[in-house]
Amino acid sequence: MSNDIIGAAKPRIDGPDKLSGRARYAADHYPANLTYAYGVFSNIASGRIASIDVEKAKKQPGVIEIFHHDNFPKLHRSPSNFAQQNKVDEARLPFEDNNVYYGGQFVALVVADTFENARDAAHFVDVSYQESKPVTSLTVALKNGDPKQAKSSRHTRGDADSAFASAAHQVDVTYTTPVETHNPMEMHATTADWNNGDLTFYEASQGVVFAKNTIAAVFGINPARIDARAPYIGSGFGSKLWIWPHAVAATAASRELGRPVQLVVPRAQMFTTTGHRPATHQNLKLGADANGKLQAIVHDSVNSTSFVGNYVETCGSVTKSLYDCSNVRVTHATAQVNQGTPTSMRAPGAAPGLFALESAIDELAEKVGMDPLALRKANYTETDGSKSLPFSSIHLMECYEKGAKEFGWDQRNPEIGSMKNGTEILGWGMAACNWEALKRDCNARVALRADGTASVSCATQDIGTGTYTIVAQTAADVLGLPLDKIHVELGDSAYPSGPLSGGSWASASALPAIHAAAKKAADQLKGYAVEEDAVFADAKTDDLSLADGKLSLKDGQSVDFVQILQKRKVAEAFGEAYTTGATGDEYSFRSFGAHFVEIGWDPGISRLRVNRVVSAIDCGQIVNTKTASNQVEGAIAMGIGMALFEQTEYDHRSGMPVNNNYAEYLVPTHADYPEDVNVLLLDHPDYKFNDLGIRGIGEIGITGMAAAVANAVYHATGKRVRDLPIRIEDLMSA
Amino acid sequence: MRDFSYMQADSVGAAVASHAKGADSAYISGGTTLLDLAKLEVMRPGHVVDVRKTGYDTVEQLDDGRLRIGTNVTNTDLAYHPIVKEHYTVLSDALLSGASTSIRNKATTGGNVMQRARCAYFRDTAAPCNKREPGSGCSAIGGHARSVFAVLGTSEHCVVAHPSDMCVAMAAIGGVVNVEGPNGKRDIDFLDFHLLPGDTPHLEHALEADEMITHVTLNAPIKGGKSHYLKLRDRASYQFALASSAVIVAMDGDVVRDARIAMGGVGTKPWRAAEAEKSLTGKPATEENFAKAADILFANAKPTDDNAFKVPLGKQAVVRSLQTVTA
Repeated sequence: MSNDIIGAAKPRIDGPDKLSGRARYAADHYPANLTYAYGVFSNIASGRIASIDVEKAKKQPGVIEIFHHDNFPKLHRSPSNFAQQNKVDEARLPFEDNNVYYGGQFVALVVADTFENARDAAHFVDVSYQESKPVTSLTVALKNGDPKQAKSSRHTRGDADSAFASAAHQVDVTYTTPVETHNPMEMHATTADWNNGDLTFYEASQGVVFAKNTIAAVFGINPARIDARAPYIGSGFGSKLWIWPHAVAATAASRELGRPVQLVVPRAQMFTTTGHRPATHQNLKLGADANGKLQAIVHDSVNSTSFVGNYVETCGSVTKSLYDCSNVRVTHATAQVNQGTPTSMRAPGAAPGLFALESAIDELAEKVGMDPLALRKANYTETDGSKSLPFSSIHLMECYEKGAKEFGWDQRNPEIGSMKNGTEILGWGMAACNWEALKRDCNARVALRADGTASVSCATQDIGTGTYTIVAQTAADVLGLPLDKIHVELGDSAYPSGPLSGGSWASASALPAIHAAAKKAADQLKGYAVEEDAVFADAKTDDLSLADGKLSLKDGQSVDFVQILQKRKVAEAFGEAYTTGATGDEYSFRSFGAHFVEIGWDPGISRLRVNRVVSAIDCGQIVNTKTASNQVEGAIAMGIGMALFEQTEYDHRSGMPVNNNYAEYLVPTHADYPEDVNVLLLDHPDYKFNDLGIRGIGEIGITGMAAAVANAVYHATGKRVRDLPIRIEDLMSA
Repeated sequence: MRDFSYMQADSVGAAVASHAKGADSAYISGGTTLLDLAKLEVMRPGHVVDVRKTGYDTVEQLDDGRLRIGTNVTNTDLAYHPIVKEHYTVLSDALLSGASTSIRNKATTGGNVMQRARCAYFRDTAAPCNKREPGSGCSAIGGHARSVFAVLGTSEHCVVAHPSDMCVAMAAIGGVVNVEGPNGKRDIDFLDFHLLPGDTPHLEHALEADEMITHVTLNAPIKGGKSHYLKLRDRASYQFALASSAVIVAMDGDVVRDARIAMGGVGTKPWRAAEAEKSLTGKPATEENFAKAADILFANAKPTDDNAFKVPLGKQAVVRSLQTVTA
């Protein structure tokens, strides 16, 4: 790869479309005869619908139809199979029966001629419930009975219990994390438009192929009859990976009525019916010898799930491989609560899991009497102990050292509350971050066109991360064209099948396929160029190079590639490529990093702020330093939110969420983001993982961040907060 | 949102007359409270009278030194008005700590005075709420009641805090709310304008039927007074106060000559702390005296299950503010 385009800090090519409003999102489509749906949502968390009276609602202006469990069409559940690409987390269909499993569940759907009329009429639907006592939290669920063990994600090696019992230093503590809600800016939305059995399906989706296959399974039709589109989405953070009830409801209504239907999920129900990160209770047992060498790690976690889906938050997924330790046990379990079904949220498992592990490591370091960074270095390993495989490429030690140097970690006074600045006590904390490197099968098509441009198409998505831009950079690198000559088409299931935008695998999956397809397109062009009567009839394809829009021979003779195509009288030279998601069994593939955080605690006014962050990240080849840094910076912000603010709060009597809006569900504002944030991207390509050496960067930045903040808070205040979020009342003296 | 009839008034007289035609009328200016609550069906006006074209959108210094603020002056314009910035910094700072830029651009002085509670149960029509449906009960008591709930002035019928920052500064400065209604004009002392919940939490203010606010007139600045607004909250912006303090102090040497203190986020109305002020008058500006004043201020505090921390937090806010203005 040449270095002037790959690794460059290129601005987003989709920026102007987004800023000017030309970029159209799922609810920006208005097919002829469009109708609007608005939900009626249960205001109890558990029970059943005794009766629904729609007579008054039906008489409201503009109402076309009202659906509920008595008149909703009979559909099929998706098999929910990842390999079949139809996975869902909430398998139950909307209006399947009259049961209410969670507050904010769809109990009816009003379709009207305008959004306002649909919303207005929804208030007139009269639902009577037979209420039962809801299970309102994970704590309540665990009091009611034992959780269900999740066996497939269990890991044991050595004898963790004995090794822990005989360890010189022990930490045995429990951490909790609350329900967190993704809260992307763009609401979940569907615009469904059936035409003679074919469905055009605009969905705020992180995976158009999964969306197509899931809807096909639910409606029992050939997936080929569905075109699922998500060219732009206003982020998802995992909440838009799978199909949720609203999409099925809108699509069914459209088919029943023979008219397109648009449905936007209200902000309040974004907290109930489109997934969330579940609450977790995590017990950590760490045993170490006198020198701080880990002897035993036990990480037992349990998370809340719903009564209509079994979602496992794999909190121990990193614990089993981050440190050198022979005796490890990691278990997961779930307990049912009357909340909507949880789902993946940025760095599922690792984000809450590393809060617990990396806090516990900090606690252990104090017990051993070691600097927390030194203790981590003492337990460093280049082998994944859970697989007994070497890591394909690991530069965690470099992350520790570069991060520490940039931060000035050697100036840290370990004494609690000893570092001050004016009225503030400063706290310095750090934590490792870690995420699995994953990739999936991918197809892509690239064409050099007779109008002098190139096109790239792939049914993956840009979820706001910069995928459009790095796709263009990858094609530009091969085709030798400027970015503004490259037209990138993503987010349509009609394009060659591409990966979900999740798991930080989109870049590592799609870019190698695009790179290969671009090479094939260039090869086809060169083939045209050396045909009989063509410009380079006497040359061999290997002697031709493509740069600056021209095909050139080594001797300097060059011709605009457009001329080759025009002479051949063809529209384009194209290439299609497939790259595999298989990774072989010789290595363990992971990304690594470290966060260093300074917090300021003003005890006189109980004010806690994050002052400064240095994050060093080792995630393979960096394609675009601007978008890559931006991913880590965004993850740092989200990690600050996880540490200090985020928590979906429920009324402990009713189980209904009480802060289901942007005013009271707190995420960091710009004013909460430290002025001094330094992201160090190590940029060591991992060619054992794929031809381009890319590992992906969307999620790793949030992992470990909450622990780094909590460890810094402890250093400042001496208060070890094990229950997120850290609130000022946890730190105020009694 | 229910359908409503709409009238744009070109004078206060026309506005009042239009409002008086029905029993379920509402005035609208910036709309940041009314439209929000109407979409939730918490407020269901049958008739909306738009007062934005009635004028009353200027800030004037009166001959007696008082400041008269038109009801339609936006929060942004008021915060950046030269007189306010120079002589009422506590008000400017309070305004700029509230909401967001876009809301402040829309929100008006009269609307901010009339701003309604941010309680989650008030906003949820499925939950009992004495403010929304008198006699139905208070869901916050025994429910989830941390951030936006009061510790002062609560009753067994309602515990929500008054949400405004602007009104806290105005309570410290003192003044009158100028209103006009079917029976003409009158002035209501700013401190009497907002009502304690008592057993009638649905009654929030001293306006009579169909009256509308035309101005808020603030007292002249205290000679030699220094002022400060401190808003404490979990995050740095876009959150209602957990506790806030508006403080104006004038000194005679090392001794407090005059102190004005009002609190936000902790009271069921903008909370003027007369007893605490009295305790400081004539006393040296010491941390000990500030702490005593803070103790007096919160002597009758009654926290909910979730917000006991607001008592020490409120004390910290007022002590730090007093330290800041006397430093």
